[in-house]
Amino acid sequence: MASLVSHPDEVRVVSKRFGQGATDIDRYLELDGYKAVQKALGMGPDAIINEVKNSGLRGRGGAGFSTGMKWSFVPQQSAKPKYVLCNGDESEPGTCKDRLIFEHDPHSVIEGLMIAALAVGSHTGYIYIRGEYRYLLVIMQKAIKDAYAKGFLGKNIFGSGYDLDIYWHGGAGAYEVGEESALMESLEGKRGIPRIRPPFPAVVGLWGGPTVINNAETLASVPAIILGGAEWYTKLGSPKNGGTRLFCLAGHLNKPGVYELPMGYNLKKMIYEVGGGVPNGRSLKAVVPGGSSTPVLLPEEIDVAMDFDSVAKAGSMLGSGGVVVLDDTTCMVKFALRTMKFYKHESCGWCIPCREGTDWLEKTLTRFHAGGGVKKDIDNIYYLSENMLGKTFCPLGDAAAMPTMAFVKKFRKEFEEHLDGKPCPFEKAAAAEPILA
Amino acid sequence: MKFSDQFEARFTEMLGHYPTKRSALVPTLLYAQDEVGFMSDEVIAELASRLDLTELEVRNVISYYSMLTTKPRGKYNVQVCTNIACMLRGGEELLEHCKQKLGIGHKGTTQDGLFSLEEVECIGACSWAPAAQVNYDFHENLTNEKMDQVLEDYKKKGTQ
Repeated sequence: MASLVSHPDEVRVVSKRFGQGATDIDRYLELDGYKAVQKALGMGPDAIINEVKNSGLRGRGGAGFSTGMKWSFVPQQSAKPKYVLCNGDESEPGTCKDRLIFEHDPHSVIEGLMIAALAVGSHTGYIYIRGEYRYLLVIMQKAIKDAYAKGFLGKNIFGSGYDLDIYWHGGAGAYEVGEESALMESLEGKRGIPRIRPPFPAVVGLWGGPTVINNAETLASVPAIILGGAEWYTKLGSPKNGGTRLFCLAGHLNKPGVYELPMGYNLKKMIYEVGGGVPNGRSLKAVVPGGSSTPVLLPEEIDVAMDFDSVAKAGSMLGSGGVVVLDDTTCMVKFALRTMKFYKHESCGWCIPCREGTDWLEKTLTRFHAGGGVKKDIDNIYYLSENMLGKTFCPLGDAAAMPTMAFVKKFRKEFEEHLDGKPCPFEKAAAAEPILA
Repeated sequence: MKFSDQFEARFTEMLGHYPTKRSALVPTLLYAQDEVGFMSDEVIAELASRLDLTELEVRNVISYYSMLTTKPRGKYNVQVCTNIACMLRGGEELLEHCKQKLGIGHKGTTQDGLFSLEEVECIGACSWAPAAQVNYDFHENLTNEKMDQVLEDYKKKGTQ
């Protein structure tokens, strides 16, 4: 069980039931549970979609697309069944927030998915949870069972005449499956290989039916929006970035943890005040602001509002909310190598630029870090990355390329220090003084 | 081939989840592996037949998912994360420590069949790094000493 933290600047919307025993359905009901879905039943699809659109809620998985907009793309009439999916394949390095939602408030995900189903006229939903999160799958299985027992799921939910089934589904280890179309392939019992778009899932998705897929945190935000209203929710955040967000503070920090902060919270403040700053009197070297696929920021670039648009303006991405902090003992070549090793491991091999690119890059970076690099390798690393960008079915190729290009651009000098057989200048510094003693 | 009653109950339930049988494949494979220990030829043949698939189709799926293995592992599979957040807080040193302690390398198994070791990618414990999973259990904010205790506890549990 992951430990909880708190900070006075937190605004608790998604995390308000954390530590409150809300895995128990009766406790969830006491804490305003299943009120939003009953309200939504009286609103009708258009009003639900408008409310969510106006709230400024944007996808918490990382892409930041308007949730209400996504729902509005699903055609009203469809010969094939429509589906709603919860993406709980949380795997982006640096990210550990959906885990807490499933652990502490599984019913909020179910309720959010139910509202999504009502909005698009779907009668079947799936909650996909990554295989490593087995204890959370067990929690979710019980939550779904309890919801059926109360008559909240199944035939004629809340006596409304609306039928809605929600099922659990467990993965078996694959980052790639967190990509929407790959998740659908996986749910169909196949390798998680991405699909070409168009057609988009809203039109042709799971088993060919129109499909909405949302991240677990996105869905857990929906009930609060329906109850509190779009105006309240949007005002919590910054312009065009409604609400709050679970930020996973990790790396070289005194107080790492998952904190719920308003969208647009200043990154510098997040690191130094919420996260307690860098330990052992060391100084900040770099920040990966939104999971391993987002371009690194330098200390002089972190005075930025953590919302989708501001971080994009600063040359990176808000991504999945995983804020990874690096102190001055970190070797950036090593960090780039470890990042690439991950993408090479996770590339499904379907698109050649990604399959070959991540492999070459891992090999080059390994040789480079070991002191076998020559000057032209540096440009080659950049060039190989650039040639993956935008050339693959899914964003895994981009996810590998974008941070690597930023490492080379912003830390070129450090790459040069590794040239011509020189030992890594950082190798001993980091190991000498472990953070957890 | 005989699975436990719990497996059969889950399998039957899952078939009711989906319009196609095949969709039950990935979660079923993992539940089968939990019982048998690995994806044996027998398990593959059995599940292929139950889900109207060829054995090749099942093997094709197995090779994609990192948690599924066709080789037997130890009773306790120690999975140490060395991805970025764990690496920054000593994940690699922790893996090295486990290698020394258990006397095995990545994907190795101890001679008594009690432990396997694996270097894994991000397990979603970034804010509590460094972290490891032993089978499905999370162990977080680890030091070498804490890890020794974790291994000791499993050793006791496994040899009782």
